[in-house]
Amino acid sequence: MPSPEPLRFRLNGHPAEVPCGSARVLLDLLREDLALTGTKRGCDLGTCGCCTVLLDGRPTLSCLTLARLVGGHEVTTIEGISPPGGLSAVQAAFVERGATQCGFCTPGFIVTATALLRDHPHPDRDEIVRAISGNLCRCTGYTKIIEAIEAAAGSRP
Amino acid sequence: MAATTPSPYRLLGGKIPYIEGPLKVTGRAEYTDDFRRPGMLVARLLRSPWPHARLRSIDARRARALPGVFAVLTGERYPTPFGVLPITHDETAIAVGKARYTGDIIAAVAAQDEVTAEAALALIEVDAEPLPEYSDPRIGLSKVEAPIHDRGLNGSNIQKEVVQHFGDVDAAFARAAYSVRVRGVFAGVTHAFTEPMATIAEATPDGRLTVWSATQVPHYLHRSLSEVLGLPMHRIRVIKPEVGGGFGGKSDPLPHEIVTAALSIETGRPVKLLMDREDVFYTNHGRHPTQNDVRIGLDAEGRILAYDIEALIDGGAWSSFGTVTTYYNGVLSMGPYRVPNFRYRGRRVYTNRPPSGAMRAHGGTNIRYSVEVALDRLAEEAKIDPFDLRARNALPPNSTTINEFRITSTSFLKCLDAARAASGWDRKFRQLDYGRGVGLGCGFYISGSNSPIHFTPKMPQSTVHLKVDMDGGIAVHSMQADIGQGSNTLLAAIVAEVLGVDLERVHVQRVDSDVSPIDLGSYSSRVTFMMGNAARSAAEQLKEKLVAAAAELLERPAPTLEVVHERIQVVGAPEVGVTFLDALHKAMEPVGALLATGSYNTSPKGGTFKGARAGTAPAYSFAAYVAEVDVDVETGEYRVDTIWAAFDCGRALNRLAVEGQIEGSIHMGLGQVMGETMSYRGARLFNPSLLEYKIPMPQQMPKVEILLVGDDDPEGPFGAKEAGEGPLIATLPAVGNALYDAIGVRFTELPITPDRVLRGLDLRRREGRPWKGA
Repeated sequence: MPSPEPLRFRLNGHPAEVPCGSARVLLDLLREDLALTGTKRGCDLGTCGCCTVLLDGRPTLSCLTLARLVGGHEVTTIEGISPPGGLSAVQAAFVERGATQCGFCTPGFIVTATALLRDHPHPDRDEIVRAISGNLCRCTGYTKIIEAIEAAAGSRP
Repeated sequence: MAATTPSPYRLLGGKIPYIEGPLKVTGRAEYTDDFRRPGMLVARLLRSPWPHARLRSIDARRARALPGVFAVLTGERYPTPFGVLPITHDETAIAVGKARYTGDIIAAVAAQDEVTAEAALALIEVDAEPLPEYSDPRIGLSKVEAPIHDRGLNGSNIQKEVVQHFGDVDAAFARAAYSVRVRGVFAGVTHAFTEPMATIAEATPDGRLTVWSATQVPHYLHRSLSEVLGLPMHRIRVIKPEVGGGFGGKSDPLPHEIVTAALSIETGRPVKLLMDREDVFYTNHGRHPTQNDVRIGLDAEGRILAYDIEALIDGGAWSSFGTVTTYYNGVLSMGPYRVPNFRYRGRRVYTNRPPSGAMRAHGGTNIRYSVEVALDRLAEEAKIDPFDLRARNALPPNSTTINEFRITSTSFLKCLDAARAASGWDRKFRQLDYGRGVGLGCGFYISGSNSPIHFTPKMPQSTVHLKVDMDGGIAVHSMQADIGQGSNTLLAAIVAEVLGVDLERVHVQRVDSDVSPIDLGSYSSRVTFMMGNAARSAAEQLKEKLVAAAAELLERPAPTLEVVHERIQVVGAPEVGVTFLDALHKAMEPVGALLATGSYNTSPKGGTFKGARAGTAPAYSFAAYVAEVDVDVETGEYRVDTIWAAFDCGRALNRLAVEGQIEGSIHMGLGQVMGETMSYRGARLFNPSLLEYKIPMPQQMPKVEILLVGDDDPEGPFGAKEAGEGPLIATLPAVGNALYDAIGVRFTELPITPDRVLRGLDLRRREGRPWKGA
């Protein structure tokens, strides 16, 4: 079997070129091949949102995305959202407000909220709730997550 | 927030962000599946497709011959039975001779990769003879053709029967002015934590075994590994990485953890087992499907005369925590009230369903729903306001219950007052429009258990070690298991509080049995109380050494000194003092790094009758919740708009964490009352995914108003009690009773789904019982 062309895409702002079979799922590529373990595997069925990454800026479930489909596109994971050595406004608000408990769903929420606030800098509560309705959290009852996103939005000009 | 006095403490009593927060928001926190070891193999499990079957033979030759397969294990290799309770060791790592539920592990494979492991599973040939399937606990009450375990009572499937009688219940009912009976039916529910279970094991040539596992109770895992694998505990090292939620589901030592370790021993290679979501559902150990029958009698003045309770509990395939469950369904029904006569019969029956076990507010949730609904009905019959009825029956502080629970602090009356005022109860109850209603539910739960499970009662339940070296950083070791509830943060905050130092100096170390002293872990809502006291004791000992050193430097007697922020100074002369680091370095001169050990144990409490220790705790939490609901009487759909949650956790040491526990508990309680169901056809689970097993979405969360009204507990660390489990309980009856206020229908079958609402409305109309003019 001829080995397929390497997969070329932009990952967290940098060009990436990795071997990748046609059946490889993006989540496996990120976690297993590239050791980007910040993206979490919660269900492998697109139900929990823990594996959310940005594909060309849009929140996307990496467990349901064939890796070869991101060729030529831009993928941003939780690792790419974190500024070097610091926290983004959304991340800082999650810490300050106690929006993490076990933290396993947290990267997915941060990724989703980051995209929301980029497109809608001042969302109302309903817009926030709609935006995060693809992410499950079993610890917080979402209360402090919503508060944190509101706080992060409020801290913007 | 209710009126609270300012905290006398520098850190405690405030909102302390979780110390792991920056790691969790950046994806840098490390969970078990994030680790890999050189040469690591992948493990997969072959699960039984039969609910109940005799395993005649298992032929793994073809699987073993598959290239890339390193080991195939079947049950007879490690047949030693184990279980979380020492009295009910009825599990084996892999099924031996018999499969007891659909999902029971009957073989395990270690292979070079997942694809090979899956292919190997398909090559294992199992010759099995199906046995009669038991899914109804009622059938299991008498002698059955093929008992699920040979330890069932008299050839039945009864795993545990508890009978208790205090006072004279029949005589009490004979003089009761009012009595009601509620028959509750509760579907099973499960934890649905987001991180699937995962374990990595590495047997090394030095004869040791290291196990990383997503567990709430590293110590019980350590013991079970030792028992089943036949290795002394000191040759096993258990490490707990970050854990992505547990809620009780990761508190049993679980078969896959032992299987993974066994595969590593067999292959000499590191092995990882990561469950998929379906595995997690079959592993279950969630809240038991339960039927209960609750009769309560009141006298003419509205005082409770007696409870008469029966509970029938579907245990699933194994005992797990079931003996405790069977006791708790009785003994946790009484508080927060004084009950002078009490009779209980509880039976937990094995079925061929995935095992049930401990889930947040274990043993208290279902029974308290039926009790609180019964009290709501009694209040109506006796024409007493539901709040007044509860207040009239409140257990006073420093009292003893009929079954000899020692009650010390209780702020239950304050909870009632706070919830009543904040919710506007007096202008809402029975006065809102048809379809809208308010309901009251109350809670009571243990703040830790006086009985350690696998332990001599003379050993401390929690130990904390501190080490300070010249860098001024304080390393904290303890086997307490942070699973997201914030116990690492509280541990650090208590140490920092006592020593007067910045929180950033305190480094809570990852749980590692080689260096962490034993704490029994995260179950029974014990950590704040027990670890907190142990941490305080350790820090006080260090503080004493630092103050003595400061006294020497300052040439002042130690009792004239005080510890303030990063400094030790003379009381009344704050300009005379030394820094924390100066005092530390002085104290280190004769000994090097400073060490301290603090520990905590409960004192034996409770009566002398059989089962007397079940439910005894060093303290109890109390709650009064009001829910306000809005019902669409055309569709049966309803939403919970607001929950006013008045809670007595003593002093809230980290308000951020306490609020988070209450909000999360309400979410989980709402899931159970509004829709979550482990859906079975006979013994088979039909919805093993998060798509079909729906936990509440953000849209369904009500506004939650938290009212923390607790007074300091006399024995809790800095006055604190539990807030991790008790906050769930009151949610369910508050909603059930609010639905009655809204539409005049009593719901005693959970979950209360829209179709049940419509059926209830239809029945009420056919019975000709108008409600609020409708």
